[in-house]
Amino acid sequence: MPSITKPIAAHPSLAKNQLGLTIRDYEGSMSTLCAGCGHDSITAAIIRAVWELSLAPHMIAKLSGIGCSSKTPTYFVSGAHGFNSAHGRMPAIATGANAANRALTYIGVSGDGDSLSIGLGQLSHAIRRNLKMAYILENNGVYGLTKGQFSASSDLGSKSKRGEPNRVSPIDPALLALSIGATFVARSFSGDKEQLVPIIKAAIAHRGFALVDVISPCVTFNDHNGSTKSYSHVREHQLRAIEADFVPPAPEILAEITPKGVTNVTMHDGSVLRFTTLPAGYDPTDRQKVYNYLLEQQSAGNVVTGLLYVDESAPDVHELANTSELPLSQIPFEALCPGAATLAKLQDEFR
Amino acid sequence: MTPTDIHQPDYFHKVVDCQWGCPAHTNVPEYIRLIAQGRYTDSYLLNRQSNVFPGVLGRTCDRPCEPACRRGRLPEPGETLEEAKPVAICRLKRVAADLRDDISDRLPKAPAVKNGKRIACIGAGPSALTVANDLMPLGYSVTMFEKQNKPGGLMRTNIPSFRLPEKVLDDEVGYILDMGVDIRYNSPVTSLKSLLDEGYDAVYVGTGAPRGKNLELPGRYETDRIHIGIDWLESVAFGHVSTIGEKVLIIGVGNTAMDCCRSSARMGGKTIKVMARRPRGFFKASPWELEDAEEEGVEIVINHAPKRFVIENGKLTGMEFERLEWDAEAKKSKTIDTVIIPCDDVILAIGQDNAFPWIERDLGLEFDKWDMPVVDQKTFASTRPNVFFGGDAAWGPKNIIWAVEHGHQAAISIHQYCHGLPLAERPPAHMNLISQKMGLSEWSYANDYNPAHRQKMEHVDLAKRFRELNIEVEMGFSPEQTAREVQRCLNCDIQTVFTAKRCIECDACIDICPVQCLTITRNGDEEDLRGRLSAPAFNITQALYVSDALPQTKRIMAKDEDVCVHCGLCAERCPTAAWDMQKFEIMIAQAGDLCQIPQPA
Ligand SMILES: Cc1cc2nc3c(=O)[nH]c(=O)nc-3n(C[C@H](O)[C@H](O)[C@H](O)COP(=O)(O)OP(=O)(O)OC[C@H]3O[C@@H](n4cnc5c(N)ncnc54)[C@H](O)[C@@H]3O)c2cc1C
Ligand SMILES: Cc1ncc(C[n+]2csc(CCOP(=O)(O)OP(=O)(O)O)c2C)c(N)n1
Ligand code: SF4
Ligand code: SF4
Ligand code: SF4
Ligand SMILES: [Mg+2]
Repeated sequence: MPSITKPIAAHPSLAKNQLGLTIRDYEGSMSTLCAGCGHDSITAAIIRAVWELSLAPHMIAKLSGIGCSSKTPTYFVSGAHGFNSAHGRMPAIATGANAANRALTYIGVSGDGDSLSIGLGQLSHAIRRNLKMAYILENNGVYGLTKGQFSASSDLGSKSKRGEPNRVSPIDPALLALSIGATFVARSFSGDKEQLVPIIKAAIAHRGFALVDVISPCVTFNDHNGSTKSYSHVREHQLRAIEADFVPPAPEILAEITPKGVTNVTMHDGSVLRFTTLPAGYDPTDRQKVYNYLLEQQSAGNVVTGLLYVDESAPDVHELANTSELPLSQIPFEALCPGAATLAKLQDEFR
Repeated sequence: MTPTDIHQPDYFHKVVDCQWGCPAHTNVPEYIRLIAQGRYTDSYLLNRQSNVFPGVLGRTCDRPCEPACRRGRLPEPGETLEEAKPVAICRLKRVAADLRDDISDRLPKAPAVKNGKRIACIGAGPSALTVANDLMPLGYSVTMFEKQNKPGGLMRTNIPSFRLPEKVLDDEVGYILDMGVDIRYNSPVTSLKSLLDEGYDAVYVGTGAPRGKNLELPGRYETDRIHIGIDWLESVAFGHVSTIGEKVLIIGVGNTAMDCCRSSARMGGKTIKVMARRPRGFFKASPWELEDAEEEGVEIVINHAPKRFVIENGKLTGMEFERLEWDAEAKKSKTIDTVIIPCDDVILAIGQDNAFPWIERDLGLEFDKWDMPVVDQKTFASTRPNVFFGGDAAWGPKNIIWAVEHGHQAAISIHQYCHGLPLAERPPAHMNLISQKMGLSEWSYANDYNPAHRQKMEHVDLAKRFRELNIEVEMGFSPEQTAREVQRCLNCDIQTVFTAKRCIECDACIDICPVQCLTITRNGDEEDLRGRLSAPAFNITQALYVSDALPQTKRIMAKDEDVCVHCGLCAERCPTAAWDMQKFEIMIAQAGDLCQIPQPA
């Protein structure tokens, strides 16, 4: 825990976004995580992304479960709404919140334990329903908060701090998501903000559920030699195969001629994903090919990063469940809760 | 860029903006911390080491440190950059001086056995006193010739006692003279040649710039009510003059003018006007001096150029001025019309000249085309081996702190000269860097600064202050003000020190830094790098600290020193202690320090 809170001083060349806010206006409380934790770096990337997108803090809702990773919403955008759910239950809360108010931007933060162990069922169904949210999975291969036990994302043979190898086969959240119909799958690395920030922005712009698996080294329990989730291991094996820029909606950019060899995907809100680097034959909209490519690279020991897959055409939870356009909070009480007589009438219809 | 060499003392010295800005390189942050700890005497002595006259300077210094102070580049929320105020460094110096205990047993003493070298100092102003201060403890016999009957130079004769109480000056001059300086009062040197003939090993000329500039305009010599500012202030200081007419015009708007107008206000002046040729913003007087004068009812009249003195029946009745209109840079002007402003007295405060009528021109001592002695910028040596110059005598009027610094440098030269060492080889500065880490997230300095506004100095009531000439106007800081002001300092001497080989590039330091100082990026040339930092580093007067290639990605760590608040958060959040907070101390050489000339291997 730092000795002091951040001084309020600011650099003179600090920029402002469209709302006239500086990046410092999107900070949260001081982090209590270990010094050097990858999660803190992801927090900084989220702050940058929402600042760059000029999101109004009060229009953001932060959701999380339990874990070091799930603590981090406290460390960004103090002005946003927030809900810290029971372990692995964040998707349920997110579903309810989505139903109640689709005007907010939902940012979920979870860990590999929270998402792939106790919360695997919840995560899977959130993906299937295409919940409208950016879901950031801070993946360190361990249960950080409970002192470093192997988690469900720990690779076979990856060594614990005491030197014992993991013998249980891992769940790769990207492959899992692709196999159950995910419409946005990305992977990045906490030590690579250049790549991570645009991915988070794209995830927020995506029309449905955006899974961002971020390898996020745990400096205390999983940053040693022999770990496949350490800073140095990820740096050596990171394959930045798929590079995409996030281009916010703006007429002049759309009018621009697409350079040769560049694939564009237009998002629901008019923004554009501009893929600049892709392996030969790779198509970020072809689920089958992406799946195969990831499997291949996984067996070669590479950590493929980038915006791996996107499908903007699939219906999201609101279309599927026919939710209210208007946030429930804006519907008059009488309409929202028409009373016992109306209920009785409705029930009669089913008798 | 090539990696920064932080073992060059100048690198971190420059980060301590105030200390770098101080001509005598006073260790400001350390003395402020000592005040914060209530160690006023230690703070005073630390000051004295570099600036010799902390009590005097704590009241009168020109404060080049303050515009340099980093705190002045850090507006508080809601403040513009222009509204951001530096730490009141100078006022805190006075706090240390006012609250010190008896220091007599901690002052340097002259050794019982002398080193056999005899030095003559001409003048007893701050520069010559500094030479004596530095040489006496080394065993030199210093003889000081002063034309006045008291020591201190302009500090005594020109700085009015309502700004600088006599006791403060007496004490600090006394510390030096009491080491056994052979001071001869009422002894103007009228011939350098005869002085040299007395066989001194070296002579230091610290005679100041004693001649006030005149204004040769019609009517100048038809009255005795036109005074030369510095001479008039001197007469006031020695009690030769005690009254002035009701309507006073001061010509010029520099430091001297400010002291003249405020002195007039205490001696019977009722309508006092300071007449400036140029608009505001182009004055020599500091803003705080102008404020103080205006608070006392003095009017500053801009854009008026003196034309003639109006004498009626042999009596000065006014002065005629041309009214000017200036361009934006106040370079070119045109005359609109002329006006006559009535007055009883005129005081000329338009500058000082050096004058050396007492130096023979056949002593091997070269003078330049402006009839000024040729003096080496670094060694303060004249072209005659055993004669040195410093203070206002060297290159014209400056201020006390520069006079002191000149004295230190000249003392080094005299010492080198007397020991047959080359003058140009200056003894080097040394430095210390010591980690301030006390534990996890714990430092031995207060790493959180107080975002309070700069404390305002209280003044004695207007009514009360005019009762006598020597009532000190500034009351000093209250204990509460001192407490707040010391906390405003950012501890710029507690340096961020980086060890590249430890960095795992986790970004923690970059993310935590409140002022976006840090960036990990690919290397480039300076201009390119400055544009690619977390916050672009447009202040090119402030250095970039660039590391070796980092182990994992071969990128570099770059730090923009500009607005680092030395909070230590980078070091706290670093998992590998690649960043550490280390106290930097520079030991600037003084006379007697060894000159280590590197020997060829
Ligand atoms: C009105 C006024 C106000 C000022 N206010 C400030 C201020 O607030 N802060 C500041 O920092 N600076 C101020 N200054 C400037 C500052 O006083 C000088 O820069 C400083 O005193 C110069 O020091 P010095 O040792 O070179 O010479 P001086 O202080 O001028 O001392 C020279 C000494 O040499 C003596 N002397 C001269 N000729 C001979 C001779 N032939 N033989 C023997 N003795 C001789 C003189 O009597 C004098 O005592 C002010 C100057 C003036 C005129
Ligand atoms: C229902 C329940 N079971 C178990 C726990 C104990 N627990 C707390 S955090 C955690 C694992 C968190 O791991 P992960 O989501 O990877 O977060 P990390 O700390 O690694 O970021 C566990 C098992 C709990 N809090 N609640
Ligand atoms: S903040 Fe303190 S240490 Fe830094 S420049 Fe100002 S006075 Fe000096
Ligand atoms: S000490 Fe470190 S964290 Fe604090 S302002 Fe300076 S560089 Fe930034
Ligand atoms: S916190 Fe330490 S290890 Fe991490 S990037 Fe900064 S210096 Fe490197
Ligand atoms: Mg985990």
